[in-house]
Amino acid sequence: MSNAQNDYFHLFTLPEQFDIDTKLLEANFRKIQSASHPDRFVSAAASDKLASMQLATLSNEAYSTLKNAARRAKYLLEKHGIDAVADTNTALPMDFLMQQMEWREQLEDAKAAKDIPAMDKLLSQLRSEAKVLERELTGLFDNKKDYATATEVTRKLIFIDKVCSDIQQAIEYLD
Amino acid sequence: MALLQISEPGMSAAPHQHKLAVGIDLGTTNSLVATVRSAMSTVLQDDHGHALLPSVVRYAPDGSVIVGHEAQAQQSADPTNTIISVKRFMGRSINDITDRAHIPYKFVSTNEDQAAKVLQIETRAGRKSPVEISAEILKSLKSRAEKSLGGELVGAVITVPAYFDDAQRQATKDAARLAGLNVLRLLNEPTAAAVAYGLDNAAEGNFVIYDLGGGTFDVSILHLSKGVFEVLATNGDSALGGDDFDHRIYCWVLDKVREVTANLAPLTEGDTRLLLTKARQAKEWLTENFEAQVLCRLSNGILVDVTLSADQFVEITQHLVTKTMSPTRKAMRDANLTIEDITGVVMVGGATRMPHVRHAVEEYFQQEPLTNLDPDKVVALGAAIQANVLAGNKNDEDLLLLDVTPLSLGLETMGGLVEKVIHRNSTLPIARAQEFTTYKDGQTAMSIHVVQGERELVSDCRSLAQFVLRGIPPMAAGAARIRVTFTVDADGLLSVSAREQSTGVEARIEVKPSYGLTEDEITTMLKASFSSAEEDKKSRMLAEARVSAGAIISSVTAALAADGSLISEAEQNAIRTEVERLQTIAAADDATAINQAVDALNHATEAFAAARMNASVSHALSGKAINSLEM
Repeated sequence: MSNAQNDYFHLFTLPEQFDIDTKLLEANFRKIQSASHPDRFVSAAASDKLASMQLATLSNEAYSTLKNAARRAKYLLEKHGIDAVADTNTALPMDFLMQQMEWREQLEDAKAAKDIPAMDKLLSQLRSEAKVLERELTGLFDNKKDYATATEVTRKLIFIDKVCSDIQQAIEYLD
Repeated sequence: MALLQISEPGMSAAPHQHKLAVGIDLGTTNSLVATVRSAMSTVLQDDHGHALLPSVVRYAPDGSVIVGHEAQAQQSADPTNTIISVKRFMGRSINDITDRAHIPYKFVSTNEDQAAKVLQIETRAGRKSPVEISAEILKSLKSRAEKSLGGELVGAVITVPAYFDDAQRQATKDAARLAGLNVLRLLNEPTAAAVAYGLDNAAEGNFVIYDLGGGTFDVSILHLSKGVFEVLATNGDSALGGDDFDHRIYCWVLDKVREVTANLAPLTEGDTRLLLTKARQAKEWLTENFEAQVLCRLSNGILVDVTLSADQFVEITQHLVTKTMSPTRKAMRDANLTIEDITGVVMVGGATRMPHVRHAVEEYFQQEPLTNLDPDKVVALGAAIQANVLAGNKNDEDLLLLDVTPLSLGLETMGGLVEKVIHRNSTLPIARAQEFTTYKDGQTAMSIHVVQGERELVSDCRSLAQFVLRGIPPMAAGAARIRVTFTVDADGLLSVSAREQSTGVEARIEVKPSYGLTEDEITTMLKASFSSAEEDKKSRMLAEARVSAGAIISSVTAALAADGSLISEAEQNAIRTEVERLQTIAAADDATAINQAVDALNHATEAFAAARMNASVSHALSGKAINSLEM
């Protein structure tokens, strides 16, 4: 497989930027799956089956990466040689850390009280917080090309994603 | 269509010839087989006009194996040799069966040390594994289909509950192979139902498939758009179904009997079966009636005569209905949808005929569920449509199923914790790698434990496989880089490989979790089932090897003619050399040599196949016609 085709943006014929056309991403994902899914090669030769499996797997991975804002930002940074989650990359502003602790406390309180509505509320609060960060990232990546600040914001987004999935898990255990 | 179809076994049919492919719903209570005929998906009936084959297998005293209605009729008379609901034991160990007291079988483990491994049932025909018993049901459906369609089947799509784990899926696939079926695909039951429903109704939007079968509960949420069926989330309970409602009635009846008969002697296995059958009949009767009478005489002469009202039935089983709503909410959350986003709710499985089940679903989704397709048949009908496409009868560019893995897959890490590698509801096929390192200086081996489930502790998840990666070059703790790769194919089946890569020394191991049967066991069983002479087997093997050689030679030659320009002249010549070599070998009589040459040619064309796949995708994206890739 050529390297160009391994590039997620190239695979979906999307420009390499944070703000993407999600409708086009979806449409092209389906076109690629239609052409490469293993269901199309059930009685094909082993080499065709292998090629189908590889491309279908790649497009699933690429699709799930680009669809999710935090993963898309992390992937874009990797393309610029930055590992957003590297151990050396620990800088986060104090106010964000405080904010994060507050969310965690709220989650722990809601868990102790087995309060699912409180968790749902926290979840939607975090999701709107994430939306703000995503808008910020569009400016940083696509206009200012400020990858240092973009790294910081991406880290915030990854933290929020993590708290969101912890909330979801907590809700699931209670339900 | 020709009246007679004479063809070499396994030979690919001529392009215009309709290939015989079926969809099989291998259910807990009933099984069905369906096929697409004259562009219509139809359930095939037996000689007596029955569409449903009771999933009951009896090992008779004369050594014969009886499947279906006749076996069902004997279940109270011969309970230990008449196996019902065997699907509940697929891919399960004795330790998994918690309600053994209520099941009249003699369970044994394959090996005393392996109580955690595959269970078997002692019958008069010897020890039988659930895989073998299921294979009898599949054989019966296979012969029904071949009789009805007048030819050998090219392959079958077998449905499984979406919430089946890897062990249960592998066991199902083994059973199909044991029955002599070529498995085109394992298809999730709710997805199959969505195909039948969606194509019938030209549906678009988000649909919930609520599938309560005899022994399993699945809920899937799909996005339907222009023939693409994309599963957004799935959840369920692989040990909850109509059987549990029967069991509640059974317990209730026994309580009532005890109220009037102080000393009710322990029930015989036949009594248990009899009462469970009466309980099932009462449940079915209550779908359209206000009360049901349970009337029968036990083996010790005691007369059972109690009446169950519909209200009492709801009261004693409401908790089971409630139990289905938690997976439903989880699936909705995973799909990130709200009730308003749902276009329709489709009811699947015989147990959804119960009014209080329908009512609960209607109340939650704020809309009347769709029941216009027979809930017993919709899964088989959808599987047949997919089988027809996979067999290549319909070059249907518009039908595409994108399914997901129902449960997370992970590895055991320090402290008995699970590190998830593939999260549930990931679209298939998928491959994910995770890196680990050594924790001791000079460590040369690492134990890898693969588990499936959502919980944080290994002990709360299902153990799929355990293996040791050896040959790691000795180095300081933390210096080794061990990459563990999980691959889940379109059947939802997992394989795992591991390699150490920091030194370039490759220590690699590949495992297919094995709780079903080993490859050797299946081969032995299959061989035993062929009564033909050694000589016949040899000539059959040679014929099959030549057929596959012919198939790959013609497909590679056609591909070179159409797309040869995608690779260099030298690469083309290298492939041509392999083709000629195979042609020479195929003319001789050595089946093993032919198969090896086929493998060599396949290997030689890997890069070419990948180049053609890329070209095909580029064409698809630029809107040009697909090239000759699909054959």
